[in-house]
Amino acid sequence: MQITVNGEDTALAEDATVADLVAARSGGHDRVAVALNGDVVPRSSWPDTRLSPGDTLEVLAPTAGG
Amino acid sequence: MSTSELAPALAREEAADPFTIAGETFTSRLLLGTGGVPSLETLEAAVRASGTQLVTVALRRVEASSSASMLEVLDRCGVRLLPNTAGCRTAREAVLTARLAREAFGTSWVKLEVIGDEHTLLPDAVELLDAAEQLVADGSTVLAYTTDDPILGRRLADAGCAAVMPLGSPIGSGLGIRNPHNIALLREGVDVPVVLDAGIGTASDAALAMELGCDAVLLASAVTRARDPERMALAMRQAVEGGRLAKLAGRIPRRWHAEASTSFEGLPEL
Repeated sequence: MQITVNGEDTALAEDATVADLVAARSGGHDRVAVALNGDVVPRSSWPDTRLSPGDTLEVLAPTAGG
Repeated sequence: MSTSELAPALAREEAADPFTIAGETFTSRLLLGTGGVPSLETLEAAVRASGTQLVTVALRRVEASSSASMLEVLDRCGVRLLPNTAGCRTAREAVLTARLAREAFGTSWVKLEVIGDEHTLLPDAVELLDAAEQLVADGSTVLAYTTDDPILGRRLADAGCAAVMPLGSPIGSGLGIRNPHNIALLREGVDVPVVLDAGIGTASDAALAMELGCDAVLLASAVTRARDPERMALAMRQAVEGGRLAKLAGRIPRRWHAEASTSFEGLPEL
């Protein structure tokens, strides 16, 4: 299925969860936050949150900032 | 007490002059932003030299974020993290970002920043107050970055913000405190801590903020973009301490004419 991750079209397995996607995309960050279609997905819900075609996901990590 | 004993005594008094945000006590009145920092080594040196206990960080898409080691450096320095909502333009974006930051950093504290445009980076008062009300209702500890408008400052405090953080001048401008009168008025009008945030260019600006009655100063660019960030961090630390001491000591009134400090009594006729 196709979803949008951080603004990019991304192909995923049909049964992919948020946890799968974070594992693939978090790049060594452990303090990561995820928004699915404009709502926060708490870390505890990542393994049980299945993705659907057309979903929009933001995977965010800490950076420097004022 | 001799002069040589007085100075250490005052230094101890300064050290025992903490301030409190939402029940958390800080002995350093300097908050440091990490934005613009050239390297992790510089960040660590600046954080340590500043003596800060509260450091701002941001959230970005994972591909564009700093290496995970930035947080290792900050953890090693033992500072508390204050996530911001930098770049948000609406209350909706800011509230969502604050909730994401709570997930990522495990803190309910947030530096709430809602800007009106990317040219001035000035706060959008309407969206800011809306976001502050939503986040306070949500259980967040909100430190609100705001304009130097005393009335808006009061509205934010009334909305339940844990601290009100007026700008001295636009973010990153280094123009200092453009309206000291407003900062002093804002300070008088609220019961929560007031943190001068944004516009600090050099040490005298930070000292002025404290002399005007601010409880603390938050700055980033003035240190991270200085030629020598570590040395400027130390300068800011001492300026904040000096300004705070001067405020506590009570400055002399401004006079139109001179007032001699040396008595005219007994002046010889020569």
